[in-house]
Amino acid sequence: MDLNYSQEELAFRDQVRGWLQANLPADLREKIATYGELTREDLVRWHKILAKQGWVAPSWPKEWGGTGWSVVQRYLFEEECGYAGTPPLIPFGLSMCGPVLLRFGSDAQKKQFLPRIYNGDDFWCQGYTEPGSGSDLASLKTKAVRNGEHYVVNGQKTWTTLGHYADWIFCLVRTDANTSKRQEGISFLLIDMKTPGITVRPLILMDGGHEVNEVFFDDVKVPVANLVHKEGEGWTVAKYLLGHERMNTGRIGASKRELAKLKEFAAQQPKDGKSLLDDPRFRDKLSRLEVELMALEITNLRFLDRMRRTGQPPGADVSMLKIKGTEIQQGLTELMMQAVGPLSQPFKALDGDAGFDEFTAAIAPRYCNFRKTTIYAGSNEIQRNIIAKMTLGL
Amino acid sequence: MNFDYDEEQQLLADSVRRFMQKDYAFEGRRKIVASPAGYSDAVWGTFAQMGLTGIPFSPDYGGFGGGAIDLLSVMEAFGEGLVVEPFLATVGLGAQCVARAGSDAQKKAILPAVVEGKLKMAFAHTEKGARYNLAHVNATAKKSGGGWTLDGEKLVVLGAPAAAKLVVSAKTPAGLSLFLVEAKGVKLKPYRTLDEMRAADVALSNTPGELLGAEGKALPVIEEVIDFATALICAEAVGAMKFSCDTTLEYLKTRKQFGVPIGTFQALQHRIVDMFVAYEQARSMAFLACSQADSAPNAKERSRAISAAKIKVADNARLISQEAIQLHGGMGMSEELKVSHSFRRLTMIAQQFGDADHHLERFAKAH
Repeated sequence: MDLNYSQEELAFRDQVRGWLQANLPADLREKIATYGELTREDLVRWHKILAKQGWVAPSWPKEWGGTGWSVVQRYLFEEECGYAGTPPLIPFGLSMCGPVLLRFGSDAQKKQFLPRIYNGDDFWCQGYTEPGSGSDLASLKTKAVRNGEHYVVNGQKTWTTLGHYADWIFCLVRTDANTSKRQEGISFLLIDMKTPGITVRPLILMDGGHEVNEVFFDDVKVPVANLVHKEGEGWTVAKYLLGHERMNTGRIGASKRELAKLKEFAAQQPKDGKSLLDDPRFRDKLSRLEVELMALEITNLRFLDRMRRTGQPPGADVSMLKIKGTEIQQGLTELMMQAVGPLSQPFKALDGDAGFDEFTAAIAPRYCNFRKTTIYAGSNEIQRNIIAKMTLGL
Repeated sequence: MNFDYDEEQQLLADSVRRFMQKDYAFEGRRKIVASPAGYSDAVWGTFAQMGLTGIPFSPDYGGFGGGAIDLLSVMEAFGEGLVVEPFLATVGLGAQCVARAGSDAQKKAILPAVVEGKLKMAFAHTEKGARYNLAHVNATAKKSGGGWTLDGEKLVVLGAPAAAKLVVSAKTPAGLSLFLVEAKGVKLKPYRTLDEMRAADVALSNTPGELLGAEGKALPVIEEVIDFATALICAEAVGAMKFSCDTTLEYLKTRKQFGVPIGTFQALQHRIVDMFVAYEQARSMAFLACSQADSAPNAKERSRAISAAKIKVADNARLISQEAIQLHGGMGMSEELKVSHSFRRLTMIAQQFGDADHHLERFAKAH
């Protein structure tokens, strides 16, 4: 038993850390550190920097640009990115559509889409959730009717993250409404966002930010060549996707960075002649969060170690990383807001420069925004259902 | 990085687990608890035969030269079986003081007997008003003839009724010191603890003792030993948590109400999932505690890691033990079910060697 990384793993980590230090543009680093809003250009720029280095899709097969890294190296890379505070790699192309095409796509589809995903030429988004189909995804109603060499798509997707930036959307659609089971009759389609009949409408969240959208499909013609896997077997594809690459949902690296920032920030906040960090009530909450994060890091490593030893993908119990990881992220945003105290209230200047501190003003909206983490990507209640059913046999 | 046991550790873990399943079933344990001594000599002999009493001692004294990490699987199995034998008191506390502070002659006189299972020990340290402050000692030792005599009173000395030798902390003009004391030279008020172990309050009155380690320099040794023992009870707690989770899961699958197993109710499913997640998080911290008890680069890092582990273990021991009772309904309250006994052990572990509040304070100071 040895809780430490091997010399080779440490050397790899240092290599990644050094490279990130040298290659993460200062303006992007600053934007992340101050909770600034990332534009499409920011996201694509960082994607292309990593693509050029050959590190943008580590888990892909080598022939398509993968790095051949071990599960531990992949984990270290993602955690180092989180720790350094890089812009996120948007998962829809790299970790979702890409792996689906690698597993189910035709040769033509792979050749058409994979290099463009890799290089960041196409921006992808995900068309799963519908107004009536959230956690109950299989109840989806968006219809695709075959008409010669096209499907004609009608319906609506919602909560479509970064749909307003996207060139392409992968969608679950119903191609057969008369099946005995709801999971049947669903197909997986790739749709060009420029196709006539698609309308994207912003959904503004409570932090004032625009990151999610409604996407409407009105007689949208999609070439049959854009069907992935077999018609009616989209649920198989969706399930594969849900089980894919869930080792980094704990977001340990990013939370470590936020924790360090929170400590530094709290140490500077005066409270009754001392620092807020010396206030036992505040400090104990912070310590409990830190301890939970320490535990989660080791739990995460235990999952990796198990994968490495068994050669098997993680079991359903990996859902606990998402549950605990998101609880910690939310806890950090909450304490950060508490640390700002009354100065967390300024939000938007009414005319020109109101003179309030932009960084502290971003903290309460961030707290608001992070409520999403326990809801998205399978709500934490769904994660508990998964563990109850798959791991505990209930 | 490797969270697997090596071959030797695995063999040991398997044999301890087999023994616990076969020879330490709940009914047998009940008889042991009710016996006059409150532990089984036969079981103790088996522990020694299996080599468990020798794991954390140097081969120079007949041991295996291991550490807390080698005791991790043993303590997990003990926690699962709710072992009441004074293993922690002897191997984790009393003899640890000797191993860490004693002279070669003292180690030779004591450790081989401990390893062979012939000698049980206890550590008499806690006093009235001390709570978890390890430096709070009012017992005194004074020079007398060629040796020392001790006066004072110690509370809740775990394993004292079974121990032939005690390690006692006391103050001399030079400061806090440790002494070896023959148990027959002290006055015991023995009792059963809530978690069905044996302990005693110990009165020392002009009791002869032998200085163990340097006079006045005992505090760092005591801290080290208590950290070591804390790491061990973190692992033990994890075993008791595992039992609590497993038995509750089994109950949810078999207990029927409204015509269906109660485990089909989502309200209960989510609660037991949280118990299992809490168990895994606590287990991760027990790994950290045992690893750092053995190989932390300095006392500050050691105490920081072990306090972090104890915070998590204390919090999650409460959560899991309370939920296990609640999900069992009225049955959980019954003395007949083992789950009410794991509840009691977890309740006590949460406060043993410092509750979460104590360790939050210590964790913050070690930044």
